[in-house]
Amino acid sequence: MQATHPSSAPGGRPRLAATSRRLGERAIIGTLALAAGISVLVTVGIVIALLVPSIEFFAEISPAEFFGTATWAPLFEPPAFGVIPLIVGTLSTTLWACLICLPLGLGTAIYLSEYARPRVRQTVKPILEVLAGIPTVVLGYFALTVLTPTLRTLGWEVEIFNAFSAGVIIGVLLLPTVASLSEDAMTAVPRSLREGSFGLGANRFQVSTRVVVPAAISGIIASFVLAVSRAIGETTIVLLAAGQLARTSFWPGDSVMTMTAFIAGTGSGDVPTGSIEYKTIFAVGLTLFVITLILNIISIRLVRRFREVYE
Amino acid sequence: MDPTPSTAADSTAMESSRDRTPLGALGVAERTQADATPVEERDVVFDCQQVGVRYSGTRALRDVDLKIHSNAVTALIGPSGCGKSTFLRCLNRMNDLIPGAAVDGQIFYHGEELYQPQVDAIEVRKRIGMVFQKPNPFPKSIYDNIAFGPRVLGMKKDLDERIEQTLRRAALWDEVKDRLKEGALGLSGGQQQRLCIARALAVEPDVILMDEPCSALDPISTSAIEDLMLSLTNDYTVVIVTHNMQQAARVADMTAFFSVDQGETGTRCGVLIEVDRTERIFTNPAHERTEAYVTGRFG
Amino acid sequence: MNAASRIAADHAGRAVNRQLAGRRNRSLAATIFLLYLLLSTAIGLIALAVLLVTILQDGLPYLDVMLFENAPSANPDRAGARPAIIASVLVAVVLLATALPIAIGTAVYLEEFAPRDSRIIRLIELNIQNLAAVPSIIFGILGLAFLVRGLDLGPVLLAGALILGLQMLPTVIIAAREALRAVPDTVRQGGMALGATRWQVVWREVLPAAIPGIATGSILGMSRAIGETAPLLMVGAATFVSFNPGLLTQYTVLPILIYQWIKLPQDAFQGLAAAAIIVLLVILVTMNGFAIWLRNRYERKW
Repeated sequence: MQATHPSSAPGGRPRLAATSRRLGERAIIGTLALAAGISVLVTVGIVIALLVPSIEFFAEISPAEFFGTATWAPLFEPPAFGVIPLIVGTLSTTLWACLICLPLGLGTAIYLSEYARPRVRQTVKPILEVLAGIPTVVLGYFALTVLTPTLRTLGWEVEIFNAFSAGVIIGVLLLPTVASLSEDAMTAVPRSLREGSFGLGANRFQVSTRVVVPAAISGIIASFVLAVSRAIGETTIVLLAAGQLARTSFWPGDSVMTMTAFIAGTGSGDVPTGSIEYKTIFAVGLTLFVITLILNIISIRLVRRFREVYE
Repeated sequence: MDPTPSTAADSTAMESSRDRTPLGALGVAERTQADATPVEERDVVFDCQQVGVRYSGTRALRDVDLKIHSNAVTALIGPSGCGKSTFLRCLNRMNDLIPGAAVDGQIFYHGEELYQPQVDAIEVRKRIGMVFQKPNPFPKSIYDNIAFGPRVLGMKKDLDERIEQTLRRAALWDEVKDRLKEGALGLSGGQQQRLCIARALAVEPDVILMDEPCSALDPISTSAIEDLMLSLTNDYTVVIVTHNMQQAARVADMTAFFSVDQGETGTRCGVLIEVDRTERIFTNPAHERTEAYVTGRFG
Repeated sequence: MNAASRIAADHAGRAVNRQLAGRRNRSLAATIFLLYLLLSTAIGLIALAVLLVTILQDGLPYLDVMLFENAPSANPDRAGARPAIIASVLVAVVLLATALPIAIGTAVYLEEFAPRDSRIIRLIELNIQNLAAVPSIIFGILGLAFLVRGLDLGPVLLAGALILGLQMLPTVIIAAREALRAVPDTVRQGGMALGATRWQVVWREVLPAAIPGIATGSILGMSRAIGETAPLLMVGAATFVSFNPGLLTQYTVLPILIYQWIKLPQDAFQGLAAAAIIVLLVILVTMNGFAIWLRNRYERKW
């Protein structure tokens, strides 16, 4: 009997002070907290890696020249550092990507959320997951060896490397992302809202377009913004299919160089550390990082607002 | 091995006066001990003085003065939102786990104040077990469910024997002895709840707190658990929250009635109206709010 | 909620009014709309089908034992992918040993131990959400600046794998947190009420219950890292590595090898690229299939 709680003090009072300081557990929890800190270090590392060489870069090349002129030839003699062609190239591929993935992704999401029977949904969703999991190098291969030749066979004289093929395939890559995030937003819309409208005599089309989509709109826009951010940051597909020719052209059949293609192309070469060519990688990288950061924050905010409404 | 917990405060006289129900006996427990000493004269396990709770600054419960006596069932009853579950969770410091919850006043457990800085909530919970509204067995085998507590508290000696004794004590042994290694989630709701009670008994507590333990169960399972509660009072102090007045009348020696006070600004706050022997609460309460509630005229 | 339901009810009401006004018009619009939805869904599926068929057509003739036995070569008749396949496996091992424990540790800390109302914790969470959407090429820049040139590690396998690991962190953290969140709080309370410490409950009950979900998220994150190309271009995954790579040697992984083969002018290399794509896809589909099987097999309804 007395053996069961040996920590009971004589006199009947239980001893309730901690029997151990549990140092082992504290050490474990401290280690876990350190692990959580690593993700912050990654961001700090990215910012330092981008900022330091960029500051040196802008000490030599004025921001006015960088953002204000339209000739990009950092490796030529004399070099020119106008980033406009890269931004235009990026916007061009991103535009085609968005024209594919936003409407089709939304359409897929509405179909899966509002129209499809459960069995159809359970079949289609994993297939789209597979599509989202296809490595970008495979999609780049497809753009270069299948889509571009097909366009030429159809009589459209696009260049071998062109913004259109790359953009369309990026759109295909991002379609599942838009579909899945938008569908999440729509399924989170309470059933009662739909039932209320069906009760008023509305049909599925009206409920989808006038009830569900408006109610889920911030979640849908969040998925759009995220897709734009991903399209801007996509590298491998544009490297393989859009080419590396920096020119200010919005014509879809033209070869263009995106910001990412420049970074990867130059970064994989042998530019000497500390040279101005080396620093351009970071200046362009910083530009890319800031653009995507802004888009990501907008997307995160929109998702958060959406969750606050429905969860 | 003696499955009886040490309640250090128990007097030797009470020890000898105990009439133990044989292990594994299911059925109406004999309440010989209750006959021997009036409830109010038994040892005070919890002496609560001016206990209140706030959640993120909003007061949910105030000014509870209550004594809970050993080897008895004390029922906390009252309308929903009256703070009875909140109060129960003060007794083993489960409220510590809710962010923003703050307890004021004093709770003496065998004379030791539970909310002193040097008191460790883990030590408190070792002695004061809890059973929840919805049966919450761990998603593993029946054996491992019971073994969890002894394992984490370092009581690994004779584990098999301890598990058998505990299951017998919870009147579950005969039903599960051939499938100890099977998943606990395969048991019926009532069996799961008895498993949760057994799980709490396995660490040899002094007190068992039960938060509406039968609200998710059918009448037959409820009856089995009520019998179990009665038999447990031979060795343990039981505090139960229930919304079911008949249940309180069937099992409780003492009953505390909680209610809600509407503040001037529309805030609602739980208060203790009165505590007394169960038969008096249900037949001749001192307070008219209690009478209104037990006779079903509660507004 | 209120604003949203008001908007929705308002829309529904107007929709009904319009429906009463012009029934024929409405059904035409509804039909066109449904066609648009079906087309949208079909395009994704068709794209995937065409992609797979093309790759099989292009690649199967080149898929032979040589691909697994030989090293890359300038002669397409003798070129293989052995060093790249080995490197990809090594990368997976490094991810398993480095990024995975860090990601799971982060998830456990944030979900089980971190103070809920702390600003720092909220900042860490926002940071992870953002990192998940940072372009992969930016991680390549990080690796280039710190590992390859800063630490002067050079273009070695370990540097590439570590960068892929950092890139994988947010995906796995987010998946693992979801898996932990799916374990109901009653399990934690049940354990704590027995006098167990928070860590004991997490280690003995919560983590085991969350393992299938964590494993699924981890495998999906790893498969994405193994298929990644862009950041490795920045940390100098070399083109033609004819020897079996080690952690601190030069290397090329499957996606990079495919990338290089695609860029070569000879048609035979396009075929080899397609064959290597088949190998890569088989690896990834196996991993993902296993992850999905795991999810379905052990998914628990609480």
